[in-house]
Amino acid sequence: MESKLNLNRNLVDKARESAKHIAEDTQSFIDLHTTVTVERAVCRLLGIDGVNALEVPLPNVVVDHLFDKGLLSGGAAYYIGNAMAETGLDPQQIAEGIDNGEIDLSKVAPHSIDEIRAAIMPVAEATTDRIRGNVAKRKEYLNEFGDKEGPYLYVIVATGNIYEDITQAKAAAKQGADIIAVIRTTGQSLLDYVPYGATTEGFGGTYATQENFRLMRAALDEVGEQEHRYIRLCNYCSGLCMPEIAAMGALERLDVMLNDALYGILFRDINMQRTIIDQYFSRVINSFAGVIINTGEDNYLTTADAVEEAHTVLASQFLNEQFALKAGLPEEQMGLGHAFEISPDVENGFLYELAQAQMAREIFPNAPLKYMPPTKFMTGNIFRGHVQDALFNMVTILTGQKLHLLGMLTEAIHTPFMSDRALSIENAQYIFRTMQDLGSEISFKDGGIMQTRANTVLQKATDLLGEIEHMGLFATLEKGVFADIKRPRDGGKGLSGVVSKDECYFNPFIELMKGGEA
Amino acid sequence: MSGGLYNTHKADFDTTLDFTKLKAYGDTMNDGKVQFSFTLPVKNDEKGMEAARQLVRKMGVEEPNVAIAKPLDKEFTFYVVYGSVIHSVDYENIHVQTVEEETMSMEDTDEYIREHFGRKIVMIGASTGTDAHTVGIDAIMNRKGFAGHYGLERYDMIEAINLGAQVPNEEFLKKAIEVNADVLLISQTVTQKDIHIQNMTEFIELLEAEGLRDRFVVCCGGPRITHELAKELGFDAGFGAGKYADDVATFAVTEMFKRGMK
Repeated sequence: MESKLNLNRNLVDKARESAKHIAEDTQSFIDLHTTVTVERAVCRLLGIDGVNALEVPLPNVVVDHLFDKGLLSGGAAYYIGNAMAETGLDPQQIAEGIDNGEIDLSKVAPHSIDEIRAAIMPVAEATTDRIRGNVAKRKEYLNEFGDKEGPYLYVIVATGNIYEDITQAKAAAKQGADIIAVIRTTGQSLLDYVPYGATTEGFGGTYATQENFRLMRAALDEVGEQEHRYIRLCNYCSGLCMPEIAAMGALERLDVMLNDALYGILFRDINMQRTIIDQYFSRVINSFAGVIINTGEDNYLTTADAVEEAHTVLASQFLNEQFALKAGLPEEQMGLGHAFEISPDVENGFLYELAQAQMAREIFPNAPLKYMPPTKFMTGNIFRGHVQDALFNMVTILTGQKLHLLGMLTEAIHTPFMSDRALSIENAQYIFRTMQDLGSEISFKDGGIMQTRANTVLQKATDLLGEIEHMGLFATLEKGVFADIKRPRDGGKGLSGVVSKDECYFNPFIELMKGGEA
Repeated sequence: MSGGLYNTHKADFDTTLDFTKLKAYGDTMNDGKVQFSFTLPVKNDEKGMEAARQLVRKMGVEEPNVAIAKPLDKEFTFYVVYGSVIHSVDYENIHVQTVEEETMSMEDTDEYIREHFGRKIVMIGASTGTDAHTVGIDAIMNRKGFAGHYGLERYDMIEAINLGAQVPNEEFLKKAIEVNADVLLISQTVTQKDIHIQNMTEFIELLEAEGLRDRFVVCCGGPRITHELAKELGFDAGFGAGKYADDVATFAVTEMFKRGMK
């Protein structure tokens, strides 16, 4: 791609190198630890599902049991495999046995690692085969219908009721939406379990459950077949159950997942050690399942100033890129995030937005960038809001953003009405059509406002990454560098669910999934 | 749809402004012009358009005119309808409650606190209940503030504590007692099916149940909050769109003084 911004490539290389060192440093911590939700994800991938009489999900029953017995350091796969070798039961039967008190994993006679692996690996491989089947099914649809060339129109549904969500999602798909995201109910990110079954009550969104995933997937396949387009499904692989949601998404063929530990640390006050470990396994799963991840840099700008703090977005994109590579996730699945959040009062604000978006495009040429619409300066003036969204749409088509989350004119008033979504889609489709090739027709003035802005942001991001490399990631988060929010290393939610791995630990799914595309 | 798109009969009503019979204004006094947009769960045809017209007529609108009928799905149609509202209101006899204090600057507020209290005022804020949005409380509390109005954290004489989002009412109150707060600020940004009203009502009930209502100045804010609604729910004040940290600070400190809080 021809550079319009005359970016200093030495700085890009330097920033990327710093980010790589930061990721490596953090990875050495990750590799020594596991968490309750990582092990619950392993249980889910081994086929353990359902809830007990008290509505506790069986993966929680098993992992709580291991935790209470002091066995979690060995990992769920080791102890379940050992019980399988001893009893000949399958993982689900073992989970039920633990629940009704008939099986105590600490009292099962120990088998050799070879016997354990012989018991468990065929079960694990059956799951990875199922996920391979899902990836093949997606490819089949894309081969049949073709994939969309320009930006994917990404809309949210958020009724709280999965069946109502389906009505709205189908309507949106027919109007032209390419990605449907089912917003989660507020508070789900802080639950240390995943609810079970189809749900019809939520606030500001709908519970992410495997059954809800399955229902929405089936509905979108149905409407996609009518429309001859593949409609992608998105959910939220963040919070305290990151890898479990990734596992459920892989099993039910989700296509896009929000997936960013930094977001959880900053905006949900989730403990940094916990979530960075969780993120790693979730990204391994997402990578294998062909899921495009979305990172949450856009959120920084909802609290920090979009002009002054633009470099933190870029720095975080570099970090997310390196963490994703560590988990084997290819660039083509990295939906690095940013947002159109400069105040409408800023003179030449549109130029800064355009420069930032173009810069991300040039620095991450293969990434399907996720671009978020204005929210902070949406006021309830729906008429101005529709114009703000139009400007946002222009940046996307001029700079080749890929996952284009549509702005709603009623942002800051209510969750979208069906008609709000239709008006947004109409707005975006009009601009994308009428300006389709404008981006390739224009170049920016040498040394002008755009080039100067991009290079200033790049310089600041490079300097910041240099500092983080020196301090380490955790210390940086303690200092409040991102989004003006400070988080202590041992604070936040979920730290008690982190344990060190011992010498018998193994995770069959990292072995089977990492680096291997399904 | 072209017939009647423009009103050519402008002269058949009295165009004198009368505040006892206030009507909506389009481009001529007392023309009563209003616009509606809504969706009906029916297919897009003549019958659907007539349904839209009838619905708008029932809302007290004459000559409803469907400007757009746009199908959203097989069984859903979006309408934009214009018409003239037949109702009027007596503007002369409307009395509303607003926060009336003249807003002080940050420096003046700091000075006011020094003079009247001689200590730092503790203000604690959160987006409570299920609301995950911090944008409102951040705009009031964060140092940087919003739209050129510095946030409470920047005030020398205010100790501002922002608990962030999704704070349960009980936890919020517990923390308020723990830090010996003077002023409680509750933000409700995005709300579904009026859950914010229920949540705010519950908070006041909680305060009353614990016998702590008079110990604090209690304010709420958010895009859908008015001072009147806030008073109705038992808050001391409510701050809607266009209100900033200085408005909140001014009200809180003057209210404390009025109540004789030390």
